Amino acid sequence: MRYLPNSDADRQAMLAACGLSSLEDLYRHVPQNALIREPLQIPPGMSEYEIAAYFREKAGKMAHGYASFLGAGVYAHYRPVLCDVIAQRGEFLTSYTPYQAEFAQGTLQSIFEFQSLICQLTGMEVANASMYDGSTAVAEAAMMASRITGRSRFLAPSNLHPEYRQVLETAARNARMTVAAFPYSPATGQADLNALEQALDDHTACVILQSPNFFGVLEDIQAAAGLAHRRGALLVAAFTEAVSLGLLEPPRGADIVAGELQSFAISPSYGGPFAGVIATREKFIRQIPGRLAGETRDQDGNRAFCLTLATREQHIRREKATSNICTNQALIALMATVFMSLCGKQGLRELALQNLSKAHYLAGGLERPFSGRFFNEFVVKPKRHSVEDALRILLEKKILGGVALKRFYPELGDCLLLCATEMNRRQDMDAVKEVLA
Amino acid sequence: MPKTLGKVRPHPAQNEPLLFELSSPGKRGCQLPPLDVPETNPEEALGAGNVRREIEDFPELSEVEVLRHFTRLSTWNYAIDLGMFPLGSCTMKYNPRINEAVARTEPLAWAHPYQPEELSQGAMEIIATLEQYLAEIFGMPEVTLQPAAGAHGEYTGIMLVRAYLAAQGNPRKIVLVPDSAHGTNPATAVMAGYEVKTIVSNEHGMVDPAAVAAAVTEDVAALMVTNPNTLGVFEKHIGQIAEILHAKGAQLYMDGANLNALVGVARPGDFGVDVLHANLHKTFSTPHGGGGPGAGAVGVKPHLAPFLPAPRLKREDGLWRWDYRRPQSIGRVRAFYGNFGVMIRALAFILAHGGEGLRNATLDALLNANYVRARLEPHYQIAYNARSMHECVFSDARQEKFGVRTGDIAKRLIDYGFHPYTVSFPLIVHGAMMIEPTETEPKAELDAFCDALIAIAREVEENPELVKTAPHSTRVSRVDEVAAARKPRVRWVRG
Repeated sequence: MRYLPNSDADRQAMLAACGLSSLEDLYRHVPQNALIREPLQIPPGMSEYEIAAYFREKAGKMAHGYASFLGAGVYAHYRPVLCDVIAQRGEFLTSYTPYQAEFAQGTLQSIFEFQSLICQLTGMEVANASMYDGSTAVAEAAMMASRITGRSRFLAPSNLHPEYRQVLETAARNARMTVAAFPYSPATGQADLNALEQALDDHTACVILQSPNFFGVLEDIQAAAGLAHRRGALLVAAFTEAVSLGLLEPPRGADIVAGELQSFAISPSYGGPFAGVIATREKFIRQIPGRLAGETRDQDGNRAFCLTLATREQHIRREKATSNICTNQALIALMATVFMSLCGKQGLRELALQNLSKAHYLAGGLERPFSGRFFNEFVVKPKRHSVEDALRILLEKKILGGVALKRFYPELGDCLLLCATEMNRRQDMDAVKEVLA
Repeated sequence: MPKTLGKVRPHPAQNEPLLFELSSPGKRGCQLPPLDVPETNPEEALGAGNVRREIEDFPELSEVEVLRHFTRLSTWNYAIDLGMFPLGSCTMKYNPRINEAVARTEPLAWAHPYQPEELSQGAMEIIATLEQYLAEIFGMPEVTLQPAAGAHGEYTGIMLVRAYLAAQGNPRKIVLVPDSAHGTNPATAVMAGYEVKTIVSNEHGMVDPAAVAAAVTEDVAALMVTNPNTLGVFEKHIGQIAEILHAKGAQLYMDGANLNALVGVARPGDFGVDVLHANLHKTFSTPHGGGGPGAGAVGVKPHLAPFLPAPRLKREDGLWRWDYRRPQSIGRVRAFYGNFGVMIRALAFILAHGGEGLRNATLDALLNANYVRARLEPHYQIAYNARSMHECVFSDARQEKFGVRTGDIAKRLIDYGFHPYTVSFPLIVHGAMMIEPTETEPKAELDAFCDALIAIAREVEENPELVKTAPHSTRVSRVDEVAAARKPRVRWVRG
């Protein structure tokens, strides 16, 4: 087999060195009743040629050549070639978590740069090396808020990404904490801050507010933070569309920022792998979950980097750790780092501006139930067709026309969530407008 | 010092500052096509107060500078592609590149999780097929691929235990964890709302059935056991331990971090395990990427299946569908369906080996570990005498007499061109040196590694200072981790 480098002669020599006569001797000490009873029911091995053909056949059963207006937490943005070129370098791709700092300075410096870039983007002072994704980052941010405040109730509006909410609920339920919802304003699509004020109490650890929210509408983080702080609660600002930070004020009023970086050159990949991140204030550094790279010196005084504050982590603290997270999404975070470096200060702003412009062009003339300001995503009520018919007509034109909101919001059963990015061409947008207007 | 040491000779490495120090105003490494719609005024659209003036200190570089920056950084890393990466319990095996290629197949890589199911059948088939093959390998009827990493899989597994026990009327309070376990196990149990009680390993480094029997009460929800354990030893009483737990209504959780020792040889489902996780980024060869992404597959026995995270795949009228109506489900552990790109790679690995090939790979992994043990045993103290499976654990007892510890030996290995083994773990071994070669190391590389460790053993006796101050050949000498933690600097700020 091509992945197994030893020849039969090697094996014989090695067995002899071990004082064994056959490969079966290697597990003769395993109790008989624990051993497998019959061969694995998995077909014989394939050549590289056959593997490529196998996945080509699967790819043939997927959408291909469609213009897409799907967003809702996963965005189609252009991926500069360098992001993959760097991520495919074996020295990054096939290395381990950089516990041995002297032999992993490349990974460590890139993590340090990632953390710095995320701080600049979010206006925070500390960012970790990555979380699994945005949804788990939000749940971990809530747990972090609970550790800081000593409280165990979380408040999240119903316009938080519904799948993020579900992940949060699972985590809270098992930790014997609670998640309480508060409504969005049916006029603006924003979280209802009056309802938030009512819902806040002295047991609330944090308020979680996503901006732009699931409907694409901007939230007033500053105002919500003011309300939360008055009751001793923290404000967790969540984001799913990282490109928005190229143009939007960072959530400066927040205590913790938790978000998803998929927009930064990570392919949609049917939902993963992505990279989440948590950023916070310096004063909360010892409560942040996950890995942190820090700057230090070597014995000769050269600048060097290493993983730091490991006393928060499971491999040192065990049951007293801030989280059980171990493997995160390092390579994906690296791709995002390369992307941010390529875009730079001007490029990211221009990218955000193109997204804003395309989405506002697309929205022109469409019926939008929410009046709130939006970035590159918005809710639409098709004027002449049902949601089902509109999506079907668009599909016939090879257009994926948005996410039907009925599955998440019965009250928005006649609405679609549409997203436009720099990847959408004007002609496809015109086709969408024709069907939905 | 001679230029050549073992298999390495020094080579110039480029210096490279931080991105921020390279930056100069006006540069950029990307260009967008002209906007084909009118430009929107951001202040008008977003509100003047919501528009940021700039991203302060965000770097500005050209494309070639970005390429060189990260390429230079990459040369400061060690990697499997350069040689053996013998980290115990990490299963750093060769990452086949066809897996990378197929994961980038455009309709798969660009699939949106909310595109119509009719247009996602290929992806759903991949997930269903991988679930089926993993179920076969685990000996468990159902598998979820939603968890994003091993620890996330553990967390899912223990929440399944809680949901199952709660449905029986009492979720119970305690999870038992052996003292040899990975730190993720106790951390997971706490996140899932349990107290942790430690089981002390016996003189063979194994979990003693008597210790389990003594600890299991009506309050115990589960025992989390790693098998083979972190000493690389098969828990030979595992069947009896399962019976003890089951008799008290408790569950047996298996941490499958070391599954590379078992594929095609023994199935956890056959030796009494109720729920386990396995790391696709270990046993199933998906690249570790410097710390992820991974994926944590969780396999369960039928009684736990109703509680698996939603949605689940089901076949209906000749099509795959996502079934969200799972009333007993623990809920979601991650948005969407898991790390799909990692699943593609793992399936490609399984397809490449096939059923018989997977077993052959396991046998080679066992052989490599036992060969390393046989070569090193005259020079280092084996931690426990029990037979090794896929990894072997030594103690630094003989070297400590010369004032040299496992961490020093590890750093000296770097000078010989090898990544260190896992240092000081498991905790039950004094000065642990935990070595896992995997099946993808050729004998010549194993010999070079053993020769290096043997040479270091001699250096320890003759010149301990040389070892204690290693590494000597890297770009940076020994890194001051204590200083880093004392005054954490975790981001660049304009100085």
